[in-house]
Amino acid sequence: MDDLRQKYLGLIAEASDEAALEALRVQAIGKKGEVSLAMRELGKMSPEERKEAGPRLNALKDEITSALTAKKAALGDAALEERLAAEWLDVTLPGRPRAQGTIHPISQVMEELTAIFADMGFSVAEGPQVESDWYNFDALNIPGHHPARAEMDTFYMARAEGDNRPPHVLRTHTSPVQIRHMEAYGAPCRVIAPGRVYRADYDQTHTPMFHQVEGLAIDRDISMANLKWVLEEFVKAYFEVDDVELRFRASHFPFTEPSAEVDIRCSWEGGTLKVGEGDDWLEILGSGMVHPKVLQAGGIDPDKWQGFAFGMGIDRIAMLKYGIPDLRAFFDSDLRWLRHYGFSALDVPTLHRGLSA
Amino acid sequence: MKFTLSWLRDHLETEATLDEILYALTDLGLEVEGVENPGDRLKDFTIGKVRAAEKHPDADKLKVCMVETSQGEKQIICGAPNAREGITVVIAHPGTYVPGIDTTIQVGKIRGVESHGMMCSEREMELSDEHDGIIELPSGEVGERFVDWLAANDPAKVDPVIEIAITPNRPDALGVRGIARDLAARGLGTMKPLSVEPVPASFEAETKVTIAEDTLDGCPLFCGRVVRGVKNGPSPQWLQDRLRAIGLRPISFLVDVTNFFTYDLNRPLHVFDLDKVKGDLRIHRAEGGETLLALDERTYTLQPGQMVISDSEGPESLAGIMGGEETGCTEETVNVFVESAYWDPIQIAYTGRALKINSDARYRFERGVDPAFTPQGVEHAVRMIVDIAGGEASQFIQAGEVPDTSRAYRLDTDRVVSLVGMEIPAEEQRHSLEALGFTLDGDMASVPSWRPDVQGEADLVEEVARIASLTKLEGRPMPRTETGVPKPILTTGQKRQQIARRTAAALGLNECVTYSFIDAASAELFGGDDSARLENPISSEMSHMRPQILPGLLQAAARNQARGFLDVGLFEVGAAFSGSEPGEQETQIAGVRIGRTGPKEVHGTSRAVDLYDAKADAEALLAAIGAPAKVQILRGAEGWWHPGRHGRICLGPKKVLGVFGELHPKVLEALDVKGPAVGFVIWPDAVPEPRKTSATRGALTAPDLQAVERDFAFVVDADVDALTLVNAAAGAEKGLIEDVRVFDQFVGGSLGEGKKSLAITVRLQPSTATLTDKEIEAVGAKIVEKVQKATGGTLRG
Repeated sequence: MDDLRQKYLGLIAEASDEAALEALRVQAIGKKGEVSLAMRELGKMSPEERKEAGPRLNALKDEITSALTAKKAALGDAALEERLAAEWLDVTLPGRPRAQGTIHPISQVMEELTAIFADMGFSVAEGPQVESDWYNFDALNIPGHHPARAEMDTFYMARAEGDNRPPHVLRTHTSPVQIRHMEAYGAPCRVIAPGRVYRADYDQTHTPMFHQVEGLAIDRDISMANLKWVLEEFVKAYFEVDDVELRFRASHFPFTEPSAEVDIRCSWEGGTLKVGEGDDWLEILGSGMVHPKVLQAGGIDPDKWQGFAFGMGIDRIAMLKYGIPDLRAFFDSDLRWLRHYGFSALDVPTLHRGLSA
Repeated sequence: MKFTLSWLRDHLETEATLDEILYALTDLGLEVEGVENPGDRLKDFTIGKVRAAEKHPDADKLKVCMVETSQGEKQIICGAPNAREGITVVIAHPGTYVPGIDTTIQVGKIRGVESHGMMCSEREMELSDEHDGIIELPSGEVGERFVDWLAANDPAKVDPVIEIAITPNRPDALGVRGIARDLAARGLGTMKPLSVEPVPASFEAETKVTIAEDTLDGCPLFCGRVVRGVKNGPSPQWLQDRLRAIGLRPISFLVDVTNFFTYDLNRPLHVFDLDKVKGDLRIHRAEGGETLLALDERTYTLQPGQMVISDSEGPESLAGIMGGEETGCTEETVNVFVESAYWDPIQIAYTGRALKINSDARYRFERGVDPAFTPQGVEHAVRMIVDIAGGEASQFIQAGEVPDTSRAYRLDTDRVVSLVGMEIPAEEQRHSLEALGFTLDGDMASVPSWRPDVQGEADLVEEVARIASLTKLEGRPMPRTETGVPKPILTTGQKRQQIARRTAAALGLNECVTYSFIDAASAELFGGDDSARLENPISSEMSHMRPQILPGLLQAAARNQARGFLDVGLFEVGAAFSGSEPGEQETQIAGVRIGRTGPKEVHGTSRAVDLYDAKADAEALLAAIGAPAKVQILRGAEGWWHPGRHGRICLGPKKVLGVFGELHPKVLEALDVKGPAVGFVIWPDAVPEPRKTSATRGALTAPDLQAVERDFAFVVDADVDALTLVNAAAGAEKGLIEDVRVFDQFVGGSLGEGKKSLAITVRLQPSTATLTDKEIEAVGAKIVEKVQKATGGTLRG
């Protein structure tokens, strides 16, 4: 019996393919196989002999069956390995290209602004880009002779022959949205109004179109100190710094009183802006308490309501935050620029994730 | 506005340092734009005395000097012809930077002899152009700082020049005295009194002045005196120094006097050469067409209503803006009329703008000078003229009256605190206003005549806050109006723009922000006309508001092609303009694709972009912003599209959500775009508002029974729309047919001219029982019948 065992285990180990294994199975444990024949002999044995030989034969059959299964699996593995080895590919070839678009920095920064101010209770207001001179100037306490009108480099829309109304203008600032919002919704209110504005100026640092964001908050007892806090919170959140020092400088805008220009403490060491440290001051916006005449123009009683407004250049703060050197390139649509300074589609700025994470 | 520190000290008694003054100015709203302190670059120079000077052994023109200096006796080699024993000189020790030669002095050997420093000329210290020799000082001690010596003996040379920006509301700060007043109110010193001893009248002038009745609203007051027998010529040195320091060119004394008071007291003046004035002076309005040669040597033609000062021969001065050349002062002038008048700011602004003259006088009158100071202005000028240039003065000549600008507003000290958010004690508030020249009667504050900008209570708040210092303001939290988690704030339109942007970027397009302006020709190509034309464009490339976003994007694409980037995919979200009324604008989402889907690459995926890319973009964007899935595709869009290769995505024939297609080759040619190019436009606001529903989704129906797919191919006329065929098939058995997809198109060939084959897959989804072959066959027959009926096509054998 030991001979049988040695013979078949040896043959199984040497089998080179599945067919050989099958032949061996028939030869050993098939109906007429050697082990099966040996089992038939059991009937002729004495009970004692049978008691000893029966289990041994069964064990032998099991052992051969296991050996066959194991060898079969081993042969399968070997065949698979051989096939896989033949299926080698050059993995250094590039993957199939997937198009990657980009979001313009202006849009990205507008969404950042929206996220920050929405958290402070501001919603987003809009207004037309072609404005009447009333909304753009008069309602904002800039009468026709005011020097500020001449200083604004206003674009005027052409009037048709015989149309003698004062010409409409391309809004020179986002401030007319204040008036439109107050007219439509009254007080109290908190809005920002980002958008395109236009001034007839073109040089290294000016383009005839750029972007501003207006802020307006009206309530019973809003103060300039509230304005400062809101701007401090905004600057910290926007520039993603823990602390920042703001400096309010008295100034003048026709539509606010008192008015302040706002500087942030910064350093320009090595040509890079660091907000919140250093000895330089960077002017970032103009602001103030809404002038009573402006509230009146918006249909709000200045004896009952008060509030603040501010206006800030979006392109400028985008340049500052992201280190973009040239304003003019914003509007040139050079693919290299769009890809370099643009943002990925899924890079949605949120406060919980971080604005520029 | 420029002035010097010593000029400021003429009006302000102060111990404050330059830095303290600069800080306060900016903080007060008089923003410092620049400071030039000559003392800064001279601070290391000291005074020395030459003890001995001998000829250099190896150079004829050089001298070896032994100089007593702050660092002991030093040997200095000097080439100046006046270097000699006994003179007092200015020393630059080794290590000192000498600005005029842009060099830091070092110990060196000159022709073999050591030199330990340098003796300087005025030019080397940038004090003047003087370079004939080294400075010889008439006094000075060895070791004394040269700046200190200058401050004591020649202060103009080290007088810091300060330049500040003046906001339009502060005409009073256009005079040095007004600036001093702000600083005094801040507590940086006290105002020196301003007084003048009028020159007694010694004769009666014959010149008469009248103001026409219709001009009194523009010139309520005109004052003057005649001075005769003056000797004009160069101004005294101090006056020349002052004017030069602030960038003005001294001309002659009589002219310099007017410039001085313009800057000193914000009191523009004019001096007529009386010998050239014929007859009396008359202030009146121009009839129009008169001409005047002004002091800028240009001739102006007056428009009706503009104010002028005329003599019997006609206009001699553009009132309040610029004097006339004819009656201007020259070196030879001996008899003068000194004018000080008050001109209405609005009328000056309009005239100045119309004549395009920017003069110091216009700048000040249109912002508002102090009307009450008009008469004293004459006295100050006449006093200075007589004191310096001699002569005698006439009686005081006046037409009109000082206009009454008196007004008072209530100072509500609590409201000030509430608005500013800073605890400024009531007493301090009152004190600030008084220091600025307001007079308080109870809580009513009367406004000084030099502050035309103060027009209400709010202006008082600003004055108080300014003086108190906004720099000291501390932020105070402004809590949200509602506690808890902030509510969403974006409108449907705003959300759509955001999601469209990010979808387009995800589709591989690059977002642009192009100008809202476009040139006339491009505007016209895209349906624009002159209704959105700018009156004063910055260039002919930017003369119109864009009627569509597409032309700007195509121009951007052309620029990229010119740079060698041929595969371009751009989009923009923004406004397009249909006219020049507010509101004649609409939001568009527009995109273009040109070239190939990408560079050629190993997997062979690169292919030319076509109409169907633009369609896929448009459909993806519409889906993203919530447009209904079921739309009609119609033709007949505007002429800038390829007539046979575009489609309008519609909800009914009049409700257009978007257009996609190939751009017309003529348009591309005109815009220098190498085509073909495809693109799309979507009007996000045309998409119906989402019905207000809860966030809950409808229940999912996912039948257990397996779906069956069957393919059909039809031969139809080539101009049959696939969508017609698909819709016909889908309508054959509505409850059962889940989906119909076109999977193949074959045109011409064996089918013959004008024919095409369209192959569709129909997916049948049973809901109650598995479909039998017989049922499937029946549906198939229905589909064939419906398609035949709708398209005239036949099942392809």
